[in-house]
Amino acid sequence: MRLALLPFLLLAVVLVALSVGRYPLAPSDILGFLGACLGLVDLPPERFDLLRNLIVEIRLPRVLAAGLIGASLSASGASFQAVFRNPLVSPGILGVLGGAGFGAALGILYSGDFLTIQISAFAMGLVAVGVGVLIANLFGAASMVTLVLGGMISGALFASALSLVKYAADPYDQLPAIVYWMMGSLGAVDLKQLKGAAPAILIGVGALTLAGRALDALSMGDDEARSLGVPVQATRYGVIATATLVSSLSVSLAGMIGWVGLVVPHVARLAIGPTNSKLLPASALLGASFLIAADSVARNITRAEIPIGVVTELLGIPVFVLVLGRARRAWA
Amino acid sequence: MREPSPRPRLEGLDLHFSRGKRSVLEGVTLGFGAGEILALLGANGAGKSTLFRLLLGFLSAKRGEVRLDGAPLSSFSRREIARRVAYVPQGHVTPFPYTVREVVMLGRLPETGLLRAPRAQDREIVEGIIARLGIERLIDRPYTEISGGERQLTLIARALAQGARLLVMDEPATGLDYGYQLRLMRHLSDLCAEGHGVLVSTHHPEHAMQIATRIAILHEGRIEADGPPQAVVTAERMRRLYGVAVEVFDDPFGARRLAPVVGRATSEADR
Repeated sequence: MRLALLPFLLLAVVLVALSVGRYPLAPSDILGFLGACLGLVDLPPERFDLLRNLIVEIRLPRVLAAGLIGASLSASGASFQAVFRNPLVSPGILGVLGGAGFGAALGILYSGDFLTIQISAFAMGLVAVGVGVLIANLFGAASMVTLVLGGMISGALFASALSLVKYAADPYDQLPAIVYWMMGSLGAVDLKQLKGAAPAILIGVGALTLAGRALDALSMGDDEARSLGVPVQATRYGVIATATLVSSLSVSLAGMIGWVGLVVPHVARLAIGPTNSKLLPASALLGASFLIAADSVARNITRAEIPIGVVTELLGIPVFVLVLGRARRAWA
Repeated sequence: MREPSPRPRLEGLDLHFSRGKRSVLEGVTLGFGAGEILALLGANGAGKSTLFRLLLGFLSAKRGEVRLDGAPLSSFSRREIARRVAYVPQGHVTPFPYTVREVVMLGRLPETGLLRAPRAQDREIVEGIIARLGIERLIDRPYTEISGGERQLTLIARALAQGARLLVMDEPATGLDYGYQLRLMRHLSDLCAEGHGVLVSTHHPEHAMQIATRIAILHEGRIEADGPPQAVVTAERMRRLYGVAVEVFDDPFGARRLAPVVGRATSEADR
């Protein structure tokens, strides 16, 4: 598969996602609506309003949110895999998920206001990675192993802090909110929040793509990257900071959505190869398509909505098992 | 950016290095330049790798100085160093299945910088070097699936793609079969004849004597000998260095040869 095909895949998935729902639309309805917006087609006003309401007000924010979050989780997952030279690494490696989970729970406990929860989750995600990196550097300059261990320690620290918050939370009201947040949901995301988060996510993914060639060198080993003229520490921490920012933002928007950041980079690598300057945009596009599709499933498979984190796990695991078969040789 | 010198030279002057309390290098002075193959012999743990890491600027010396083209190494940026000195590590396995072409293309990084994509010209250079090393049939194979000898040649190709005139090679013959060892030595001789300078560490004194223009011996953190192969490699030195007995003689073609002394003779010589 070529990188140039992926935008078309994304477009097709977006079209399908905009047409499925409680009130199904034909793709021609969506194209007709687009035409009417551009003044090319005449639609009856009440039909136009109905379509506008369905497409722009209800479905588009979710599709955009799913796309942005899928792109950010996948691109940051691919970046972390390159930095840690390990294809089994996911965006949570340095404790960002543990921190964000704790931050969200704290927000639910003290305020319950959605924006506060998001900000708290975002900030604690960053704090957790900071703590992990700090622990790694506690006894001299961090190596790959101490970074991973630092991230594990920090993740465990925030996981236990999360348990404490859960224990303190009101079991009838706050505790279910925390549990649901952990499962991930795109239901509460609105266009205004997207406008805030989208530029940061897009710039972050773009910056990671620009670092692609340096990441290729880095995945050969520190000494070799140095001998090729790459500033190793600056690249490593720059990429970690960017990927953390981007994944933390996406977690704060929609809670924990697992497996995307691990599985999608694999699939992308099998499809277009390991070169990061191509792999990172490919992961972003594929991740966006995957999460939009997963969200369509989450919205439509039953009358009530299924948490999207559950869907990505259910979809991600069989994909990962298939990938495992094909990737076995490459890892050996 | 400074242009590389026409007579490149890399040297360490009075280098001291210690790890914790254990002293690894105690005043090592060693240099090499264009048109030379300097082979560095030393037992395991003699400090060869540490010396290489100092010369490449991956570590800094406790005392002493590394000079590149006559100026302190620390006055060069990483990228400037990379355009003058290339490092050839032992053929290792990468976690991701880059193709041979992609691995060699990384050698163009110091030239293109981190942000510019490779151009047609870079691609031609890479393909030319791959063909020159005789591995063009591997060009689109994953680096993770080729043999150790093929990986070593790929890494040499990457070093050449850097355009650096000085090569630092860490035990390149380790793990190679007989054919690849000989092929490797021929490539090194050719590179030297073209004006490259090569510093190569090896566990094979025989290899060193075949191709080196100079041999240095690193023993217990010091340079014990540094000079033409004939003068440096003696039976007495080999015995002290490796703790085993060897016979040293000149063959009818005028080349110096080593032959191990095994069986009863060993125990006698060891005594």
